[in-house]
Amino acid sequence: MNPVKTIAGSMVPLLRADVDTDQIIPQQFLKRIERTGYGEFLFYNWARDDDGQPRPEFVLNEPVRRTASILVAGRNFGCGSSREHAVWALQDWGFDAVIAPSFADIFRNNAVNVGLLPVELDESIVNRLALLAASPDATAVIDLETRKLVADGVDETFHIDENARKRLLHGLDPISETLQLEASLRAFESQRPGWLPTTTSF
Amino acid sequence: MSSGTLFDKIWNRHTVDDADPALLFVDLHLVHEVTSAQAFSGLELAGRSVRRPELTLATVDHAVPTTGRGLGIRDPLAKKQVDALKDNCARHGIQMFGLDDPRQGIVHVVGPEQGMTQPGMVIVCGDSHTSTHGAFGALAFGIGTSEVEHVLATQTIRQGKPKSMAVEVDGDLPNGVTAKDLILGIIASIGVAGGQGHVIEYRGEAIQNLSMEERMTICNMSIEGGARAGMIAPDETTFAYLKGRPAAPQGSDWDEALEYWRTLRSGEDSEFDAVRKLSATDLEPYVTWGVNPAQAVSVTGRVPDPSSYEDAPRSEAASRALEYMDLAPGTAITDIPIDHVFLGSCTNARIEDLRAAARVIAGKKVNERVSAVVVPGSMQVKLHAEEEGLDRVFMDAGFEWRDAGCSSCLAMNPDVIPPGARCASTSNRNYEGRQGRNARTHLVSPAMAAAAAVAGHFVDVREWS
Repeated sequence: MNPVKTIAGSMVPLLRADVDTDQIIPQQFLKRIERTGYGEFLFYNWARDDDGQPRPEFVLNEPVRRTASILVAGRNFGCGSSREHAVWALQDWGFDAVIAPSFADIFRNNAVNVGLLPVELDESIVNRLALLAASPDATAVIDLETRKLVADGVDETFHIDENARKRLLHGLDPISETLQLEASLRAFESQRPGWLPTTTSF
Repeated sequence: MSSGTLFDKIWNRHTVDDADPALLFVDLHLVHEVTSAQAFSGLELAGRSVRRPELTLATVDHAVPTTGRGLGIRDPLAKKQVDALKDNCARHGIQMFGLDDPRQGIVHVVGPEQGMTQPGMVIVCGDSHTSTHGAFGALAFGIGTSEVEHVLATQTIRQGKPKSMAVEVDGDLPNGVTAKDLILGIIASIGVAGGQGHVIEYRGEAIQNLSMEERMTICNMSIEGGARAGMIAPDETTFAYLKGRPAAPQGSDWDEALEYWRTLRSGEDSEFDAVRKLSATDLEPYVTWGVNPAQAVSVTGRVPDPSSYEDAPRSEAASRALEYMDLAPGTAITDIPIDHVFLGSCTNARIEDLRAAARVIAGKKVNERVSAVVVPGSMQVKLHAEEEGLDRVFMDAGFEWRDAGCSSCLAMNPDVIPPGARCASTSNRNYEGRQGRNARTHLVSPAMAAAAAVAGHFVDVREWS
C-alpha cells in the first residue's frame, strides 16, 4: 500500500444515509477473482438504467465529475456486507477519500487496509461540504498529518483513529508487522488447550 | 463470579499483543469462494503460506447453484471462483466442503452444525454474518479480504477494541412471535447504525429461553444493527447442542472444555458502555416495508408516511425506499401482495426454521400467484428435514425443494428474483437490488413467509390456524 499524506481534489456529493456496500458494488460483480476492474460497476444500479445505459442525472455520470477524487457521503456509509470490493470499486473509479458523518465498522477497516482515506466530520460540516460540492469546481485539501480538511470557507480538524492514521501515513504492511511478533505468537499458541477443535480431524 | 463482560473475557484470553489495536488469536477462520481468492493471491505474491490450515475451514455457498448440481456450475465466472477456492485449499492443506460434499452449506450453518463453533472462541470470516457464531458465546465478526489475507498468514487479527452494549430482553415471546421478529424489533429500535463500534451481548429471560437455532438468528442480524458482533452467554442449551457433534470435544476433553465454558458469563458487576432494554411481550410479527432492515413495522400496521420522521436524512431515505418498493404511505401490510417466497439464508434456514414453516403450510397449497422456494442452510439440514418428511410437506404444498447455499439471499447464483417482483424472504437484507435488480424484498420470519406463500399476501400468522 502506498502512503497517504495529502489528498487534494474535487468533491462529489452523494448525501444519502446508510449507503450499503450492495449499492456501492452489486453482487453480480463479485465473481471476479482479481482486485482490479471494479470501477465501472461502482453504484451500478443507481448509475445505469435497466438497459445498462448510463443515467445522465446520476452525479458520477456527469463528465465534469470524472476527475473527482473525494466523495462526500451520508451517515453510516458502507454498511452491510463485508465485501472489500466496495473499497476497491471506489478507488478504481478514482476516489482517494470519502467524507462522511460516520462509517460502518467493516468498511472503515477495509478502507484503511487498502489506502482509501475515511474522513469523519460532524454532519453539519458534511452537509456544508455537500452544498459546496454541488458545484463541480469545488475542491478540498485533506492533510492526514495534521488531520485538517480545508475547502472554501471550511477549515476543520477531522476524526480518524490514530492507528489508522499512522498506517495510512506510512503505508505499512500489517502482515509483515505481525510476522515480526513470531515469538509472542509461538508462546500464545503453545498454551492453547488441546481440546480446541481443528478442521482437519473430522 | 469474576468481573468483566463475556466479551472482555474472550478478548483478554485471545490477546497476543496488548497494543491498541490489539492482536487477537483466531481459533477458527471460515472461508468461502467470494472473498478469499484475492487474499490467497496476495499471500502467494508475497511468498507466504497459511500459518494454521487446521484452524481454517472452507465451504462453497455464495455463488453455487441450488438445482442441477450433477451438471456442475454453468456460470463460467462462478465456476472459476469455486475452482479457485478448490485449488487454493488443496495447495494450502485446508479442509473444504465442496459442492459434492454432504457437509456443504452456508458457512454460518456449517460451522455450528459440525461443532466447530464453540464457546469462548474467536471466529472470523470474510462475511458480515459471521456474527451468527456469537450465539455460542464466541466472539465472531466479519472481516474484509485484506484481513482474510492477514489471518491466513498469521492466524491473528488486529482490531481496535469495540465498546460493549447490553441488549436486555425481558419476558417471553408471545405465541407466533419468533426470534426473527425479536431481532427485527431490536434493529427497528436501535436503528441500522445503533450498534456501530459495539459488540452486543443479548441478555435477559427472553434470550435465555431461546434454542440455539433461535440464538443464531438473533446474533446473525447483529450486523444489521451496525454492531461489530453479537453474542449470548453459553448455557446448558449451548452445551446440549454441542455434545456429540463431529468437532466437539469428547471424553475428558469435554469435561475440561465444559469447565471453561461455564466461566463464560458477564460478571454481576460488569458495566456495559451502553444498555438497551426491551420487553419481549411487546413484540409482534414484523414485516419490513423499506430497503434497510430497520424499516420494519408490525404485520398489523401500515406503511409509514416519510413526512412523519423529524430527522431529514431518515425521512428522505424513507421516501426513496417507498419509491423503490412501489408502496404508498398508509397501505396496510396485510394488503401487500406477494409474488415470491424465499425460505433460506444463514438467518433462517436451519431445521427449526423449516419445521416452523412446514407447520404453517401442512395440508395447504401455495397461492397460484406465488413462486415459493425452500433452500436449506446446509446439505445436512436438507437431509435431516427429509428424514422428518418435511420435504414432502413443502413439495405437496407447491414449494420447490433445493440444495443448500446462500441462493436468493444475495442472488449471486441463478436464484435471482425478477425485476419488479415482490418477495417475502426469511433472509437478512432488504437492500435495493439485493435479491435482483429492482426486486422488492420484505424480510419476515419463516412462519410469516410460509403463511404469505399460501395467502398470496402478508397475513398475521398469530391468527393462522
